Amino acid sequence: MRKERFVIDYQDKVISIRGLYKAFDDFEVLKGVDLDLYRGENLVVLGKSGTGKSVLIKIISGLLRPDAGSVNVLGKDVDKINRKELNALRLKVGFSFQNSALYDSMTVQENLEFPLKRHDPSLTQKQVNSFINIVLEAVGLGQTADQMPSELSGGQRKRIGIARTLILKPDIMLYDEPTAGLDPITSQEINNLINAVQQRFNTSSIIITHDLTCARETGDRLVMLLDGQFQRQGTFDEVFSTDDERVQAFYNYNFID
Amino acid sequence: MDQTNDPPRRKFLISRKIDKAFLDLHKVYIFNASIFREMFSRPFEFREVLNQFYEVGVRSLPLITLTGFIIGVVFTNQSRPSLATFGATSWLPSLISIAIVRALAPLVTSIITAARVGSNIGAELGSMRVTEQIDAMEVSAINPFKYLVVTRVLATTLMVPLLMLYTVLVGLLGSYMNVSANEQTSFITFMVKVFDAISFLDLFSSIIKSVVFGYTIGMISCYKGYYSSKGTEGVGKAANSSVVTAIILVFLEELISLQIIGALRNM
Repeated sequence: MRKERFVIDYQDKVISIRGLYKAFDDFEVLKGVDLDLYRGENLVVLGKSGTGKSVLIKIISGLLRPDAGSVNVLGKDVDKINRKELNALRLKVGFSFQNSALYDSMTVQENLEFPLKRHDPSLTQKQVNSFINIVLEAVGLGQTADQMPSELSGGQRKRIGIARTLILKPDIMLYDEPTAGLDPITSQEINNLINAVQQRFNTSSIIITHDLTCARETGDRLVMLLDGQFQRQGTFDEVFSTDDERVQAFYNYNFID
Repeated sequence: MDQTNDPPRRKFLISRKIDKAFLDLHKVYIFNASIFREMFSRPFEFREVLNQFYEVGVRSLPLITLTGFIIGVVFTNQSRPSLATFGATSWLPSLISIAIVRALAPLVTSIITAARVGSNIGAELGSMRVTEQIDAMEVSAINPFKYLVVTRVLATTLMVPLLMLYTVLVGLLGSYMNVSANEQTSFITFMVKVFDAISFLDLFSSIIKSVVFGYTIGMISCYKGYYSSKGTEGVGKAANSSVVTAIILVFLEELISLQIIGALRNM
């Protein structure tokens, strides 16, 4: 199932990365990466495990610092702003973790309340409950509010993780391997959810994945990270219509059409 | 093969291990500085601090009660034969009170807190680190250091002295019951001898020591947990080394405080 095209404003860059370098000890992960994300766009970053895809979005969200280069998010240079400005920016950038990263000592309701109440203490409990119902309904898990994360399936945890980021009404969503470890049907549900989030909450997203089904179904544009640089970019068909053996190998070993 | 005359690049200042030791020391310094900076800056995490007071203080009470009482009984019983040799069993309340107030209560309370609370903090924060829950807080613009570390360090720092005073009480109660059963000493007589033996400096220095021990336990446990890595293995290591490191440091601090308090007594 191919996604419906969403209106993308190609004049408005919400993320702009130039000459990004990052190394861990002697291992260079990113070697001069350039990337733009436009308002309303779902951009998929493809690549094998260990190629630095997750490092890229951790730098965007300020969890890691780049060694060189600039990362501009919603007009702010992430590496140059102070802590207060970074926190203000982080409220506009949702991050969905590979393993959901739900607070396991809290119920689903408390997981969702926690960021919301802290950033807007003036909200009444009725308003908080209303926001929680909206996001839980959006991810299709309205009945799970009183459950603990350990009582949820992997797919449900992913959905609650996405709900927790949506509750702060972000402009940008960063998905780290959203379908990793899920069965094909649940993966499909997550793909549909990513597209639904884009349309309902008007988000621009970067989706990190090595799952080509996810890439094809959620991405308006794809970029492929190879040897620390983006080697290919375009639509799904454009990226894979090449004789480059590395790209073809990735396609052949990972995708069953 | 290309060859250059460039000297080989030195990767380390001294050696890998020594460099790492200095870097770790610097990391601990930064960690401590951050605790004090965040402790006195807004917003204050009152609710989480109260939660941690409950976790560290109230939930330690059963274990503290049991161990404190038994120590009071056993130490009294073991001291009796030596004093009886000199016909000085009437000195038991004084001897026991000095031992409990000056050394046993602060040490026993700290060891129990390190074992019960320190391991818990190390494992909890370690688990949160490896499952990216700490990163999740960070990207939600919540300060995980303040919410997780400062609250726990504050709780251990303030609760260990209170638990120590409680250990003194139950230890003396255990001692009194033993003395009462063997020497038929009244409660009033026992307490008068106790308060005659201990000075303000004894009590004050033990409270200060307990504050330092409590801070050490909280800081070490949080540090080990907050910077744990390598998955579930790392969580186990964090919990284990939280307890071991905290207990070693508490004993070293006890040794140092003994010298300082001894010097103060002789002034």
